Amino acid sequence: MSQREITYAEAIREAMSEEMRRDPAVFFMGEDIGVYGGAFGVSVGMIDEFGPDRVRDTPISEAVIVGAAAGAAATGTRPIAEIQFSDFLGIGIDQLANQAAKMRYMFGGNASVPMVIRAPAGSGTGAAAQHSQSQEAWYCHIPGIKVVTPSTPYDAKGLLVSAIRDNNPVVFLEQKLLYRQSGPVPEGDYTVPLCVSETKRPGRDMTVITWGRMVSMVLEVAQKLSSERGMEIEVIDPRTLMPLDAGPIIASVKRTGRAMIVHEAVRTAGYGGEIAATIADSEAFFYLDAPIRRVAGLDVPIPYNPHLERNAVPTAESIESNILELLE
Amino acid sequence: MAKTRKPSAQLSREKLADMYTKMMQTRRFEEKVAYFFSRGMVHGTTHLCIGQEASAIGAVGALGDDDWMASTHRGHGHSIAKGLDINRMMAELLGKSTGYCKGKGGSMHISDLSSGHLGANGIVGGGIPIATGAAISVMQLGEDRIVLCFFGDGAINEGTFHESLNLASAWHLPIIYICENNQYGMSMSTARATNVEDLSVRASSYGIPGVRVDGNDVFAVYDTVSAARDHVRKNGPYFIVSETYRHMGHSKSDANRYRTKDEIAEWKKRDPIPRMRAYLEGAGGFAPEEVDAMEKRASDDIEAAVSFAQSSPDPELTDLPTDVYAD
Repeated sequence: MSQREITYAEAIREAMSEEMRRDPAVFFMGEDIGVYGGAFGVSVGMIDEFGPDRVRDTPISEAVIVGAAAGAAATGTRPIAEIQFSDFLGIGIDQLANQAAKMRYMFGGNASVPMVIRAPAGSGTGAAAQHSQSQEAWYCHIPGIKVVTPSTPYDAKGLLVSAIRDNNPVVFLEQKLLYRQSGPVPEGDYTVPLCVSETKRPGRDMTVITWGRMVSMVLEVAQKLSSERGMEIEVIDPRTLMPLDAGPIIASVKRTGRAMIVHEAVRTAGYGGEIAATIADSEAFFYLDAPIRRVAGLDVPIPYNPHLERNAVPTAESIESNILELLE
Repeated sequence: MAKTRKPSAQLSREKLADMYTKMMQTRRFEEKVAYFFSRGMVHGTTHLCIGQEASAIGAVGALGDDDWMASTHRGHGHSIAKGLDINRMMAELLGKSTGYCKGKGGSMHISDLSSGHLGANGIVGGGIPIATGAAISVMQLGEDRIVLCFFGDGAINEGTFHESLNLASAWHLPIIYICENNQYGMSMSTARATNVEDLSVRASSYGIPGVRVDGNDVFAVYDTVSAARDHVRKNGPYFIVSETYRHMGHSKSDANRYRTKDEIAEWKKRDPIPRMRAYLEGAGGFAPEEVDAMEKRASDDIEAAVSFAQSSPDPELTDLPTDVYAD
């Protein structure tokens, strides 16, 4: 039986809807998520099924969206809050970083904050510098929250179900350019566990660690190099960046002897540096045949011009040339 | 001395005694903490609410046991009013494992969700969205409880104040926002921080009622919050400005350069504790010895809390990495 295919956006909607049917404590709030269906159409139709009390259109007020999600989560409900663009989470970051993330620790373990912040990230839509960022590293620097970056429709649904059921604040960074991409997604209940890295493609010659939109790009390059040159690139998607499941990454690098990290976010102080350090700190260091390499966004805001925008972040061409250089 | 008005609600003798005892416990607690800090016996900083006891005890006294309360960095009075265990509060200030936060939070993070206490907060205005979220939970779960959200005058110029009151009004949330205007955000007087003299008029921006109350009159605060509690259960949020004054500095670093001794002396004439005592011995019908006994009990309770805290163990280093994530 061929498996059903749906889009990444539909997979996210399905995860939310199934969890809201299963658990009356789950509700959803955000800007324009009701009749409008969300800026990217992710929640189209949900208000018809769940009504305005469980699909709550908010004013444009990101600080209270994030903070109220934390307050609601600490008092018996399980909110999903959509921030229309991840860039806008900056307005709510005190509530995320100083309240939601720290509540449990500050209170000596006497609080749980089961909330999900869903936010679309990434460039490629011509929306320029304030609507295109990849800020995952900001959130990875805050103990107490989990940071999830799904790369496929299957992972998006299964990871979001896990995030909603998780008893911690989860920042769930969706990829704008993946919303319309389709892939196999089972109907009904399944989960993809948080904090478990997945090998998306096995290989012997090099390990590439990547997440979000870059995963499919790296997989295409790996396929090309395999068929054209017989090079076998192993591709690992951590899926949850914080807390990181580093074990499979270290084990892979020990086998391949080469490591590259590819991410869309700007290079300096990006999460690729953390993964590089994690590899260098581990026993995998002694197996390295080449320096660890990062392929990342330039240290610039995302520009508007399409040609500039495309080249501000890694491309298939730049990924391929970097892999070839590292394999020399 | 300013008079404290007669409560419009008929309060039982037990309730009156409980409220006065909590006012005195708060005063003695704060005096003890000030002493500890002055002697370098505890580290960090703390924010004392001496002078503001009526605001805390009057407001929380009007709540039901199940109601939620969000506190502030100046929150010891709120916690005592909510019925938290003074022993565990003192232990938290001393960083002990028996404290409310197992020594990980300190003065600015005392909380007890099981008692409806959503936490003190180290960020000015930071607790306002949290309290608003608790009111959303109440609505989502169909519960019969309300939320009381404390903050200071410093918080009302934060964006979270505006975003929260607007959202709560739009959604008719069952929450009372109470601004304890102690006239200064650290050194910045309310008069310099905003061009609005009566802060309660800000409620009109959100289409909700706003009232100003003498925050040093425990019964005026009690009555106002009682009426607000009835209102918010049916009609959505309510904004109260409780006018009060902190006798002590903002924190231990405060040299009081921004206000005069005369001003402090003037406000001390309106000290809420002698005012309540005068009421109890007058219209309240308590004998002076009965009130003395309440004061003695409060002092004894604080001494017992100190003993409890001092004899409690410090957290272990193995506790350092725990409680970051829930299972």
